[in-house]
Amino acid sequence: MASTSAAVKTTPSSGELLPWEAVIGLETHVQLGTNSKIFTSASTAFGDDPNTHIDPVVCGLPGTLPVLNRKVLEYAVKAALALNLHIAEHSKFDRKQYFYPDLPKNYQISQFDEPIAENGWIEVEVAEKGKDTYLKTIGIERLHMEEDAGKLVHAGSDRLAGSTHSLVDYNRAGVALAEIVSKPDLRTGREAAEYASEIRRIMRYLGVSDGNMQEGSLRCDVNISVRRGPDATFGTKVEIKNMNSFSAIQKACDYEIHRQIKAYEAGEPVVQETRLWDEGKQLTKSMRSKEGASDYRYFPDPDLGPIEVGAEQREGWRSELPELPAAKRHRYAEQLGLSIYDARVLTDERAMAEYFEAAVAAGADAKTVSNWVTGDIAAHVNANRLSIAELPLQPEQLAELVQLIDGGVISGKIAKDLLPELLAQGGSPKAIVEAQGLGMISDPATITTIVDKLLAAHPAEVEAFRGGKTKLQGFFVGQLMKQTGGKADPKLANQILIEKLKG
Amino acid sequence: MGIAQWRDQLRSGEVSARELTDQHLKRIEAVEPSVHAFLEVTAERARADAERIDAARAAGEALPPLAGIPLAIKDNLCTKGVRTTCSSRMLENFVPPYESTVTERLWNAGAVLVGKTNLDEFAMGSSTETSAFGASHNPWNPERVPGGSSGGSAAAVAAGEAMAALGSDTGGSIRQPASFCGVVGLKPTYGRVSRWGLVAFASSLDQVGPFTTSVADAAELLQVIAGADPRDATCLTAPVPDYRAALEQPIKGLKVGIVRECFSADGLAPEVAAAVMAAAETLQALGCELVDVSCPRFNDGIATYYVIAPSEASANLARYDGVKYGYRSSGSDAAGDSLAQMTARSRAEGFGDEVQRRILIGTYALSAGYVDAYYKKAQQVRTLIRRDFDAAFQGVDVLLTPTSPTTAFAFGAHAEDPLAMYLADLLTIPANMAGLPAISLPCGFDSQGLPIGLQLITGVLQEPRLLQVAHHYEQAAQVMASRPVAPLVP
Repeated sequence: MASTSAAVKTTPSSGELLPWEAVIGLETHVQLGTNSKIFTSASTAFGDDPNTHIDPVVCGLPGTLPVLNRKVLEYAVKAALALNLHIAEHSKFDRKQYFYPDLPKNYQISQFDEPIAENGWIEVEVAEKGKDTYLKTIGIERLHMEEDAGKLVHAGSDRLAGSTHSLVDYNRAGVALAEIVSKPDLRTGREAAEYASEIRRIMRYLGVSDGNMQEGSLRCDVNISVRRGPDATFGTKVEIKNMNSFSAIQKACDYEIHRQIKAYEAGEPVVQETRLWDEGKQLTKSMRSKEGASDYRYFPDPDLGPIEVGAEQREGWRSELPELPAAKRHRYAEQLGLSIYDARVLTDERAMAEYFEAAVAAGADAKTVSNWVTGDIAAHVNANRLSIAELPLQPEQLAELVQLIDGGVISGKIAKDLLPELLAQGGSPKAIVEAQGLGMISDPATITTIVDKLLAAHPAEVEAFRGGKTKLQGFFVGQLMKQTGGKADPKLANQILIEKLKG
Repeated sequence: MGIAQWRDQLRSGEVSARELTDQHLKRIEAVEPSVHAFLEVTAERARADAERIDAARAAGEALPPLAGIPLAIKDNLCTKGVRTTCSSRMLENFVPPYESTVTERLWNAGAVLVGKTNLDEFAMGSSTETSAFGASHNPWNPERVPGGSSGGSAAAVAAGEAMAALGSDTGGSIRQPASFCGVVGLKPTYGRVSRWGLVAFASSLDQVGPFTTSVADAAELLQVIAGADPRDATCLTAPVPDYRAALEQPIKGLKVGIVRECFSADGLAPEVAAAVMAAAETLQALGCELVDVSCPRFNDGIATYYVIAPSEASANLARYDGVKYGYRSSGSDAAGDSLAQMTARSRAEGFGDEVQRRILIGTYALSAGYVDAYYKKAQQVRTLIRRDFDAAFQGVDVLLTPTSPTTAFAFGAHAEDPLAMYLADLLTIPANMAGLPAISLPCGFDSQGLPIGLQLITGVLQEPRLLQVAHHYEQAAQVMASRPVAPLVP
């Protein structure tokens, strides 16, 4: 492009500056959901009393040794494959050294220069109210395995500052983490939030993590800088921590972008530092400045041998991957004709997507099923805090219900009336309709008889209708449905009613 | 009399485990004031264990291979419920809640713990002089050091306080004290023996091994402690051969390589060189062929070692911070220390000079800007040393060198010059660098009546060959038959 750029590129006239652009990268720590820790058999359970899931290895007692949990390697490789990363045949663990009381050995076993996986990407769908949804490919630098640290509990304050003393809980120490580092491909807070949420969605699809941000199973740190246009050199990078929701990620990025632009425009410097997102005050504030890079004195951990993942092992794990959310979204839109919005909602959770697919597989129309699943069923599941997988109404039964409507056996209204019972207990809609005689009345003669009686019973209203108050049609429809218990075929009933009313 | 003979007597009832234990406890009582091999004598436990074995025998139960054999354990091997101090103030009151794999295997084999032995602090030293609890003394001459770091174990076996002992060897810490104390010391192939429960000094070099009074006894102990361990990722899974059966295999025709560079090493005492060459001639007389071998990088081992071992140690010892267990400075609260100050003060008071020196060296060697010039360069030289050995073993079955350039030196001889002390490990370090098995056994005495050690080295997992050659030499030379008189040596 060098030959054309010289001729085509127009230099902005003096004083006219390109608009600001943010450059954002995310470091995402995902706790891998193995039952035991990365280097020992201690439990990874969350939320129990402090220091109940520890053992001599977790505490780094003298003479103890780490042994890699093979399940962690499997989960890490599966996560990496789902992120289109290249899996290293040989990688290793290193010791990252720094003193901190939440780190029992005062070094963290991590992967430094030979991570298990490098160089991948994911596709993110960026949707924002009032704006067009667009797809963006975000590069992923690497994924590596490491052990989590414990937790400090500061007494007398929720922060170190102001506390009288601190306690250490090592329950979290040694829980397996996959650290996923994005390339600096993100440009807005919304993109950052969508990226993080897609990572979470993928991890949950794989079943390698519950991705629970409140419990810290998924934690994101953001690196962010601003510059004048895509060709300018990067500005000073600021790290932001402490966001525990996707909306917090979005807001923290947007706040920080604004703050940095304002600083530059006021002629003030942006310093390289770590800032904390304050959810209460909705702003970022300085935590510590990072003058130079910390020296972690990395070196290969001599207690752990090389990590080997052969092609056969890798492909075996690849074959166990489920269809991932992006592939599902494309398939739903392209093959099932669903809207981008519906495809997105249906695929957010793997269980919901699988429920939807099972109903469609049972022969029901995809769009109708989609409406039921994203509408009444999702509302019920959310309101009752259920997982769709544990819903008594089986997807095949939902398909049956949809087929009863589409086949003209029952009306939509009857179907809605039946739903609460089905959601609570399940069962065959067909059998219920038959047992309760809820089938639609679609015999014209029967309907004509009912209409005749109805008109005879309301002479004044008939007179008024014929005198021009056509709005009274609604009144007659209501009465008709009341008398038939909602079973009259609405189309046919309307047709006959109009005919008779017009006389 | 060796372990095999004691085993026969214990099984036949000629001697009881209790008698054997009492005999050693009595010996400990008699010589400990002069030797100070032990940091803790576990007399009560030893008697109870011995009585249990005698009861089992009386009940007609079959006795395991080391039943009733009194052993001493270096105090950097974790023993559940028994203090494990590493001869450091830092762990003065540390009682492990778990057992090391090697000791667990020994107790399962019926061995009886008589006590935990002294060492240089965290196994860093060559004389036991860096122990926070006072040095041990060489039973051949209490004015001399027993060597180190496993000096307590070597001295205990030499003085007859235990029938055998375990030590650990990172750069020579079994072989050099074995040489100084006139006993047999074996460092197995790296990974042959589990490191679970061995308090780490330099993880890629540390290896546990036995001290005994004969090569056959070394085979007895190795037989029990060797083998795969799921708790140590670096432990080898290769099957454990029958070491005892290997001893009597004929050695006629084996090629013994004399490592040329060892004999031109600085500071090699002429008496040591002469005794080792005489040992080579003994092997020749037994039908071995002597071959002149060159390992050009042999003498670079020491410089390499003093980068790699402190680097690993600086990380391994970072956990001793006064926060969770171990020593915490009592002055911290009074001084209103910050967390970092408390850790710094605790480490400054809890670690001795040599340990602090090595932590500083290692921290420096791994620091940004230096790691390429030191740590990474040292790893490259390590590879070259390994290649030297690979090439040498193309042409020979076993390599022969002195174990130490000198015999046991006097206390304080190297007090002003740590580098001179480091040279004591010059000839033992290369086997650690390459992960090879090596043994030291007595091959004579100097004019002052101090033992001289012969080192044999073989290829990876060639312990059967190593023990076989050592055993034949030992049987032919009968070095101890003409030993000088030393009151503390039985």
